Amino acid sequence: MDELTVQSVETVGYLSMFNGDIVALIGTSFNLSLWSTSIAALIGFPLGVLIGLSEFKGRRTVDIILNTLLFLPTVVVGHLVYMALTREGFLGDFQLLFTRPAIIIGQVILATPIILTMVSNTVRLADRRIIPTALSMGASRIRAYLLLLGEVRALVVLSLLAAFARVISEVGVSMMLGGNIFGKTRTITTGIALLTSQGEFSQATVLGLVLLVIVFGINIVVYQATHRVSA
Amino acid sequence: MMIPTVFQRMIFFTLVIMVLCSATGGCSKSIDSDSKTPVETASGRVAIKLATTTSLDNSGLLAHILPVFTEETGIEVDIIAVGTGKALELGRAGDVDVLLVHAPDAEEEFISEGYGLDRYYVAQNEFVIVGPQADPAGVGESSGIVDAFGKIHDIEAVFISRGDQSGTHKRELIIWDEAGLDPEGAWYIEAGQGMGAVLTMASELEAYALSDIGTFYSMEDHLDLVIVHSGDELLENIYSVIPLNADLYPDLKHEQVAGLIEWLTGPVCGNLINRYEVNGHKLFDVR
Repeated sequence: MDELTVQSVETVGYLSMFNGDIVALIGTSFNLSLWSTSIAALIGFPLGVLIGLSEFKGRRTVDIILNTLLFLPTVVVGHLVYMALTREGFLGDFQLLFTRPAIIIGQVILATPIILTMVSNTVRLADRRIIPTALSMGASRIRAYLLLLGEVRALVVLSLLAAFARVISEVGVSMMLGGNIFGKTRTITTGIALLTSQGEFSQATVLGLVLLVIVFGINIVVYQATHRVSA
Repeated sequence: MMIPTVFQRMIFFTLVIMVLCSATGGCSKSIDSDSKTPVETASGRVAIKLATTTSLDNSGLLAHILPVFTEETGIEVDIIAVGTGKALELGRAGDVDVLLVHAPDAEEEFISEGYGLDRYYVAQNEFVIVGPQADPAGVGESSGIVDAFGKIHDIEAVFISRGDQSGTHKRELIIWDEAGLDPEGAWYIEAGQGMGAVLTMASELEAYALSDIGTFYSMEDHLDLVIVHSGDELLENIYSVIPLNADLYPDLKHEQVAGLIEWLTGPVCGNLINRYEVNGHKLFDVR
């Protein structure tokens, strides 16, 4: 058998075993990504709607800054948050370094700009005539805005998925802030990094496949949703 | 009606997220507890942070012995595997509770600066030079480690250095220094990575590297490398545990750390380490 066949046979073997360690890593990744996406949504939704609806001076600057934040390198975020969380940092008293909350903080910083930008762009491009119409029919202001949000809900959900895909596949923040502690802060991505460095290619391949399946699944949902929007 | 639908969907989505979060387990608990001292984990146990070398972690030793300690004492140990240099930095910053490292000179300096109290012997093994079977530099015939490094330098055989201020890297620099050589050039690769990653690189590039014998044996199956030189005074590798200074960082978990040190230096742990084997090789000695 050639190298590749051996590798795939081993991989299938690991898949069938699918040992508890690997399941734990997947659980950790999901847990962390769901938390950070949810928190990012709580920040990103209101801000995104606000920015999307308002006309103000310096709009261009805000847009440029937001777009830059979209492409923040994960190691830069990891480094900055590390400096904040270390004992000497301004959040040092909480002793959060090398814990799950540390990773969540970093991932929220990565995810929020994605949700914020997508929501604000969506709201900006939406047909706003719905608001005066709703108001004239006696709806409250908040209800009118929710109506607008309802019109664009598919794209709003897309922003959540995009944010989730970003955080579940990042490695810089998880590694630097989590410390890759087995059973606590080791995620799919930091697990792959460690396994590869140890020459455990088969298990790394399994985890890589898991990650691919997750991102593939998200893309199917995204495709369906956008299809519905354009239809 | 349109409005209830929007509301329902948003509420539904939030609920789904919450259910999934709680289903994947215990995150909210760790958010509460990790910000307090002492830290209680989801299982109600206290956890201490141990900064250690990649060589100890990659060799599987810690995963072998520490669960026994946790079982006996209820104290969990979170392993943060970095190089010794980085581990000492984490200790200086007070970001971890205890260190398990292997660079005697740097450790003495750390203690004399007042960050650590003392160093306690845990185990030892040796460093070895690993390289391709063909051994193009003829390191196998060298008279000693200094001569071996000289042979590699002479023919400019590719050498992968850890390049990360780890204990292994510090030792490598000491040997170059002893040999009176300045490793520089395209053949000398500073990887900046852990022991496992460097061995994998050396295997891929058919290069030489200095490794602790534990990590090498535990990864041997995945590597096209052999031990080309070993057995030299300069290659002795001693692992020590260092508690941090309680006066400097009173809020660390010193009580639990004291328990860990007593256990690591005691007979139960010594036996476990002496009996630890990978692929039929004994990786560490306790003397």
